[in-house]
Amino acid sequence: MSGAFVPVDRLRETIADQRLQGAIYTATGRLIEKRASVVSPEVLPDYQDLREQARCLKQHTLENLDYYLEQLEANVTAHGGHVVWCNSGEEVADFILGLARQRGASLIVKSKSMTTEEIDLNERLEEHQLQAVETDLGEYILQLAHERPYHIVAPALHKTRREVADLFADRLGVPHDEVIENQTLTARRVLREKFLAAGIGVTGANFLVADSGAVVVVENEGNARLTSSAPPIHIAIAGIEKLIPRAQDLPVFLKLLGRSATGQPLTVYTSFLSGPRRPGELDGPDEFHLVLLDNGRTKLLADAAKRESLFCIRCGACLNHCPVYRKIGGYNYPGTYSGPIGAIITPQYQGVLKHPWLPFASSLCGACAEVCPVKIDIPRLLLELRSEVVRGRSGVERLAFRAFAWLGTHPRAYTFVTAMAARLAPGGENGWLRSLPFFARFGVFEKWLSQRDIPAPARQSFRQYWRNRAKSGPAA
Amino acid sequence: MSREAILERVRTALGRKPGDVPAPPPPVYLSQVRTTVEQRIDRFTAALEALAGRVIRCPSRDCARDAVNEIIAGKRVIASRASYLRECGIEPEWTECSRADVGITGADYALADTGTLVLLSGAEESRLVSLLPPKHVAVLPVSRLIDSLDELFVRVPLPADATSSMVFITGPSRTADIEQILVRGVHGPGDVTVVLVDD
Amino acid sequence: MTRGQVAVFVTCVVDQLFPKVGTAMVEVLERLGYSVDFRERQTCCGQPAFNSGYRDEARLLARHFVDVFRDAEFVVIPSGSCTSMVTHHFAELLPGDATAREVASRTWEFSRFLLEVARVEDVGARYEGAVTWHDSCHALRELKIHDGPRRLLANVRGLELREMDAATECCGFGGTFSVKFADISGAMARTKIDSILRTKADTVVSADCSCLMQLQGAMRRAGVGMRTMHLAEVLASR
Repeated sequence: MSGAFVPVDRLRETIADQRLQGAIYTATGRLIEKRASVVSPEVLPDYQDLREQARCLKQHTLENLDYYLEQLEANVTAHGGHVVWCNSGEEVADFILGLARQRGASLIVKSKSMTTEEIDLNERLEEHQLQAVETDLGEYILQLAHERPYHIVAPALHKTRREVADLFADRLGVPHDEVIENQTLTARRVLREKFLAAGIGVTGANFLVADSGAVVVVENEGNARLTSSAPPIHIAIAGIEKLIPRAQDLPVFLKLLGRSATGQPLTVYTSFLSGPRRPGELDGPDEFHLVLLDNGRTKLLADAAKRESLFCIRCGACLNHCPVYRKIGGYNYPGTYSGPIGAIITPQYQGVLKHPWLPFASSLCGACAEVCPVKIDIPRLLLELRSEVVRGRSGVERLAFRAFAWLGTHPRAYTFVTAMAARLAPGGENGWLRSLPFFARFGVFEKWLSQRDIPAPARQSFRQYWRNRAKSGPAA
Repeated sequence: MSREAILERVRTALGRKPGDVPAPPPPVYLSQVRTTVEQRIDRFTAALEALAGRVIRCPSRDCARDAVNEIIAGKRVIASRASYLRECGIEPEWTECSRADVGITGADYALADTGTLVLLSGAEESRLVSLLPPKHVAVLPVSRLIDSLDELFVRVPLPADATSSMVFITGPSRTADIEQILVRGVHGPGDVTVVLVDD
Repeated sequence: MTRGQVAVFVTCVVDQLFPKVGTAMVEVLERLGYSVDFRERQTCCGQPAFNSGYRDEARLLARHFVDVFRDAEFVVIPSGSCTSMVTHHFAELLPGDATAREVASRTWEFSRFLLEVARVEDVGARYEGAVTWHDSCHALRELKIHDGPRRLLANVRGLELREMDAATECCGFGGTFSVKFADISGAMARTKIDSILRTKADTVVSADCSCLMQLQGAMRRAGVGMRTMHLAEVLASR
């Protein structure tokens, strides 16, 4: 049945963890407020127009993706860069390993990239004794702790300062210090050495600009700038869906990304990088490689009804506003991406039957769709996925809905059956029941009652009342 | 070859053939507004100060030079080769970038709406001078202060023609990764000062 | 002389569990001069089946609904989620069906019917109490219902409206979500209840009985003695 294999224990654990609940709710709450303050009609009057423009641009680009990919490649090459096309994460790792070997590089610095998480890049590289150090503070902490990102934009949301102090003391040999500023300075110091010693810098890319052969990287810390500028080789890895047609389209997206993610009109740094250093430039990498990754994106592209899933610019707004994410956090979602976006793309990448419960873990409240800067209609896609999950199923649930549909299309039977049920049901206190008699303690009733009281059927249904009223007149 | 395989899958997914002309893209959405220099200076200052950056307004290049000298007194400095710095008489003794306390650069543009500096790397401007030292000072004439990102991309529609790196710098480096507490100066400079010169 | 003929679709939840909501709605409509009819063949709009992925089953129910309400002048529903099922999702289930489109175009959620068709903001109601309004998700986001009910409540004599800080957050019902993911649903309800308690109101009011059922059930379990009322019940109060 579609609810099968729900990771109930894990969900319960998360919900019962008061501290974690507080951390998730507060952090996301702050991000919600920050976003609201910079997209309000007073501050950004054309916010809704921008969303529509962004959606149109993404739709157009994806519908003509082959053209733009080729244009991108031509322009990257023209500026002295090199494009590598990869079907899978394995090919990406092979490329990087090969390059590192050729250039004699053993240390790699990395800036935050969910795409590289997706393909387990660090793990793959480590298997071959290549050290890939995360330089985004949150990601660095997680790397030391051997954990995955908790949230697309705030990866270490679940960690306390004490945990960080313990971690640094243990892994870096520094004194135990719970002052967050000091922890940050420690990380800065340690990572600074890495930036300056690394042979290769690996970044993601928020946008790929076709007419410029450029990657755009957006950040607040400065580690992406350092990663792409200090080492002699810069490799940018991006999914093929990150394309936008023109540099002049960038403002639309930049105005939406920072605001939607963290409530910033612009993040501290935006880098528009097109290739290695040009002759005469004072600094910059000698080599630039752009890795274009498929890893299943062409599969999503092929499904026109759900193609808009690829519009995502990874702002994290849907996570922040999702009442379910705010309760269960990032680790309860399978796959790399959590929250509403994860709920629609993971089933598409992995197959709906891999985690059949995932599209159902939503109340369909629509808060995500309301805040998505590129107007992905997440609830609609969840409903599509749900119908795919149950397609061809013939279990108890289908039987139940079939029976209900039959009743619902046979009004006399419906009236009769519901009247019977009402007569047989216990009355309850003020029409509410705390528990049900033993023969009703199953399935949906049990589940409902685990959390709240249940209303007893009314002694007289509305239709019965109306019947009586019809007999005696409206004044009744 | 992966390239062919990927392009093939893309085309099949979209029902397109090699060489198919793409549909015309949506129009470019860039707007320009009319403001005065003084309005831009006020907006820029407010925006950058709200991010804990500092703005110093100088009526002359000499004043700019003096302001900068005050900031760098007793510190190890690196300056980029921006010609405007020379024009202001800002030519400090150099320290190696990774050991400098202060990095001094010019800026190609500044954006009033967001308190942003725009630096294009080239023979005169570097990537790392505004990044490695913990303090960053940028000196530029007010004539380079424009309204917004939109206007920038109207003026510079194809940045890649000019440079391998165009960077927007909006205030000091920051993070809130640990318990959502804000800390400045994580990897980039924690201290940003912009000297706006009337000349 | 009547203002018009309203065919009420009370929803299965109201019919079987909270019939007073239905009677209240009828009372308000009749007071405003409408002729109200309850077409006995009505059952369910099909939303539970649709939301669970069973489109074929949902389609049968949708077709039945269209059949029952064809040629109705107005169909009025005391539920945001059932209304949006008709107005936003029937088209998906019955594409190209002109009758379905027609019926959907004449289907109204109760508060929007009052404000946009009957064009009243004051129905002459009286309710002494401090009330907080819960924005149910489909009403808010699919039907754009937000200011309307607040205006209606503002005109209820004796009623003090207090906004809760999480007014637009989901209560956690979500149909079968409430049982499939009961733990999450319960946690969401408790967060909502905390917000409600902070208003120190004595009544929670909403446009959707399923939300009220979720909230009331959770409040009772938590020992919180607050009333829940549907908007129609408040507006019928004298």
